[in-house]
Amino acid sequence: MNSTRKAYGEFLSEYGNNENVVVLDADLAGATKTDMFMKKFPIRHIDVGIAEQDLVGTACGLALSGKIVFASTFAMFMAGRAYDQIRNTAAYSHVNVNLCATHAGVMVGEDGPTHQCIEDIALMNVIPTMKVLAPADDVSTKKILELCTKEDGPKYIRLGRSDVEDVYNSDSKFEIGGSNVFGNGIDGTIYTYGSTLQIALKAKEMLKANGIDVRVVDLYSIKPVDRSVIIKCAKETEKLVSMEDHSIIGGIGSIVSNVLCEEYPKKLEKIGINDTFGKSGNWKDVYKYFGLTEDNIISKF
Amino acid sequence: MNTEQLQQKSKEIRKDIINMIYNAKSGHPGGSLSCTDILVALFHKEMNLGLDENGNRIDKFILSKGHCAPAYYAVLSSVGFIPHEDLDSLRKIDSYLEGHPTNKINGVDVSSGSLGQGLSVANGMAIAKKLDNSQGRVYCVLGDGEIEEGQIWEACMTANKYKLDNLVAIVDYNGLQIDGNIEDVKGLDKIKEKFEAFGWYAQEINGHDFHEIISAIDNTKKSKRPNVIIAKTIKGKGVSFMENKAGWHGKAPNEEEYNIAIKELS
Repeated sequence: MNSTRKAYGEFLSEYGNNENVVVLDADLAGATKTDMFMKKFPIRHIDVGIAEQDLVGTACGLALSGKIVFASTFAMFMAGRAYDQIRNTAAYSHVNVNLCATHAGVMVGEDGPTHQCIEDIALMNVIPTMKVLAPADDVSTKKILELCTKEDGPKYIRLGRSDVEDVYNSDSKFEIGGSNVFGNGIDGTIYTYGSTLQIALKAKEMLKANGIDVRVVDLYSIKPVDRSVIIKCAKETEKLVSMEDHSIIGGIGSIVSNVLCEEYPKKLEKIGINDTFGKSGNWKDVYKYFGLTEDNIISKF
Repeated sequence: MNTEQLQQKSKEIRKDIINMIYNAKSGHPGGSLSCTDILVALFHKEMNLGLDENGNRIDKFILSKGHCAPAYYAVLSSVGFIPHEDLDSLRKIDSYLEGHPTNKINGVDVSSGSLGQGLSVANGMAIAKKLDNSQGRVYCVLGDGEIEEGQIWEACMTANKYKLDNLVAIVDYNGLQIDGNIEDVKGLDKIKEKFEAFGWYAQEINGHDFHEIISAIDNTKKSKRPNVIIAKTIKGKGVSFMENKAGWHGKAPNEEEYNIAIKELS
């Protein structure tokens, strides 16, 4: 069990041994876990205070000077508050910067709708050349961050607040534009990523006990997305479902729909936040409130 | 270059600006003409455009008020970064000279145009120079209207926190913005005091006087704080009918106006 934000902090405190690494935060170092880097490498930790637009701009200036840069704040304030800076300074200038946004989705829980960013995938996905990645657990976070350090250009890495169960192990493989498929059932496919992967995998086991064999696709690389696996699973399986802690408008449901529409038209049922704001509560209760549950997936079959 | 040579260079640049905007049939002459002398002083006198051992330019420059791209491109051309004949292609479909600066252009480090964003980038570059113990400096030209953007003041606080004495911001204070007089549209009264309150070393100068520009930049070399030079300028400087007219912020001259402008600049 680990949260993906803490996995990020652990990655930074290790990878930060590289003296070219600079990490930036906007007064949320304790929450985004960049404080783990700060404690080891205080000189290379830049805290710009509550100023997310400045955060992204400063990060770009450092990256344009050859630094390996990770910048963090909550997803709401990164993708929302600093959208123009990400679009016009980071992406348009093709800056090699890692925008690591924590507290994505309604998983934020108690802080409620103002802090629950359910639009960040949509906002980042539409920016030309932006790469969007969403790891699901401890291992995938660290491996995907490692990949990002070798990938040119702007990257948005979506991280979560709460502890989640481990899915992957040290042998698991990741690539930009890749995916991981769990199982080879033909009764259906559940397309998902991030914090709903564990839920989908549990649903898969529960369905199996009832004689329904589905597969789960972890589309951790939201952009570029693994089009071939989306189509392959649509061809090979009966029923298609997507699930995400994000708006169903512009999220993975929309992205999968686009691919299917262009190459293999087939019905997809989307589970996510349905054009509404989030809700305060314990995150598991919030997930239940919005139908981000095993039972909701099972009800689709 | 001595002052006379710099003045002559400015004249050539201003002519290029008018030519470019006339050819493009659009663009921003007012601010381009007001910041010309500042850019000429930086590129032809002050900045070291060589590279350090990390491949970074020793002195970095950001035109945060990106709409003054014609002035920027003309100056970049005058120091050899852009072939002069390419200037005619500004804003054309088959040209790399976009309406606002992009770092696809030789000599441009970062895109600009969405106002308020350049000072933060300059901070990042200045912090990087500090981390690398590099002697170079970072220059950032801001519009006066541009500093109405909140991000500028976020960046001011960051520059002060990190004591970025290797940073020089220059405000092209021509007093006009699209909707009219700066003081009527928003009210920026006491710009110098505002920067000073944010911990900066601020100077006010005549932005068309090379002696004042150069000596103000010299003063910043002794400062231990982030530096701002508030350069009082004339929007549309050098073309009589464009001077101090907000209407010339973003429009191209017609043929008759073009001929008068070129005559005045010759």
